[in-house]
Amino acid sequence: MLNNKALVFGCGLLIFIVACALLAPWISPHDPYFQDLTNRTVPPFWYEKGSWLHPLGTDQLGRDYLSRLIYGARISLLIGISVAIISGLIGTTMGMLAGYFGGRIDMAVSFLVTTRLSMPVILVALATVALVGSSLWIVIMVLGLLKWDRFAVVMRSATQQVRSMEYVSAAQSAGASTLRIMLTEVLPNVMPHLIVIATLEAASAILLEAALSFLGLGVQPPLPSWGLMISEAKSYMFFSFWLIAIPGTALAVLIFSINLAGDGLHQALTPGERA
Amino acid sequence: MLGYISKRLGLAVLVAMTVSIIAYMLLYLSGDPALAIAGEGARQADIDMVRKTYGFDQPIIVQFGNWVLKLISGDLGTSIYFKTDVGPLIFSKLVTTMLLALYALAFALVISVPLGVIAAIYKNSWIDRLCLAVAVVGQAMPNFFFALILIMLFSISWRMLPVSGSDTWQHFVMPAITLGYYAAPAFMRLIRAGMIEVLEADYIRTARAKGLPTRTVVFKHALRNAIVPVVALAAVQLGFLLGGSIVIETIFALDGLGYLAYQSITHKDFPVTQVIVLLLSVIYILLTLASDIANAWLDPRIRVA
Repeated sequence: MLNNKALVFGCGLLIFIVACALLAPWISPHDPYFQDLTNRTVPPFWYEKGSWLHPLGTDQLGRDYLSRLIYGARISLLIGISVAIISGLIGTTMGMLAGYFGGRIDMAVSFLVTTRLSMPVILVALATVALVGSSLWIVIMVLGLLKWDRFAVVMRSATQQVRSMEYVSAAQSAGASTLRIMLTEVLPNVMPHLIVIATLEAASAILLEAALSFLGLGVQPPLPSWGLMISEAKSYMFFSFWLIAIPGTALAVLIFSINLAGDGLHQALTPGERA
Repeated sequence: MLGYISKRLGLAVLVAMTVSIIAYMLLYLSGDPALAIAGEGARQADIDMVRKTYGFDQPIIVQFGNWVLKLISGDLGTSIYFKTDVGPLIFSKLVTTMLLALYALAFALVISVPLGVIAAIYKNSWIDRLCLAVAVVGQAMPNFFFALILIMLFSISWRMLPVSGSDTWQHFVMPAITLGYYAAPAFMRLIRAGMIEVLEADYIRTARAKGLPTRTVVFKHALRNAIVPVVALAAVQLGFLLGGSIVIETIFALDGLGYLAYQSITHKDFPVTQVIVLLLSVIYILLTLASDIANAWLDPRIRVA
């Protein structure tokens, strides 16, 4: 019962954030890019000087912070989902091939995974983005091409388990092609693992993007990436800490909800196993 | 055992070689490295000069071969930005980063071992859930945000710790906490799961039946066995901490390898970036190699597989 609570709460929170992101143009009180230099760093409503005109205040360029926060959710979610899809496609293909065929292919995939794991993601991502140029789509591509390792590892062992099942042997003796067996017999049965890893990897990709943007080598201004918002507000943090606390908390809540939903899914989809 | 070690060693060497190729090729991601170094709007003559100085006019395989030969002979190249030899530059910073990673690892263990043990003993109670909350927050909080909160508290509000620099041990406190807290949840989960499993084992029941005090049973009999997988994780995590230090060191201007990596990346100082990528990878490879061999030595079953 308790596990379901995690799933319900995590998914509820996540759905709320996704809804905010999707409805951004309609629920944002202001244009997130509109600068009002006469109204800079207005504090949020719970401060004495705050007002309901800008519920979460304005940033160092006078842009409405709530609107930027809502639009920022779009960027984080886009990054999380796209990176999970790209790295998921690469990792799942590699893992399933390794798990199904074994032998040389398995050795080659294990070698690639070991090599990938030995290189620090953030360092390679930073160096690549610095060389290729930084934009939202480049960040997504770079992270997607770097983060397939866990997909490959988990899909490999999941496929190994499924491969020895009788329904796979049955399909084989019925003369089904390897591709068909992979897609219609193996894939549906490793799907629970795939979904769980995808949620965890999405969360990790969102954190990585935030870190890259924070270091100035991720999403570029004026896009309202939460990591970038923290970076831009850094020089104001001693006087207006809320400029950092708001996007920071938003990031933490988003990651928390994804992890919670992932844990809940893990327990709901793969009963009898423990994280 | 010897067969296992030699096999594992062979793999490590192969991985290191592949990583060195990737580290070198990173340079070519920009298309033309000479153009990238000379900067935008550089004159053709300057670009040609850069190309000749760095040997970009030679075939790529020759360049890579020369780079590796020089690395092996101990010449790590010259920094474009700092104008000094890369070798001494990097090794002077490596000490700082190693210290940071070790402090962070120590902090992670200091909080995760007791919390993991307590969570296992009182499993499914509110204490367990409280410990889980500590882990969940650690996983969800972006570490640079956590670092800024620490700065606000310890440096601005309470004026206890310096904001940036790396001269005294005080400079390492906040970076080590930030980095260590990030690594702690993985340890906590592992220790909790291990302890729960061990506490249900027969020999624990025997120890309890003998009338040994709970303290002795938990710490002397159970923890000792639950801690074994932690050693393997510690080696892997240490490698991650070295890589993760780039964000933390940049925030605290801690003068280590991570900060140097950030500087070299932003200044397009390729010779330095390449060597750092390679060095961190090789350290990670060595750490996992050591932990695998230690595990095989502790647990004979692994050697066969």
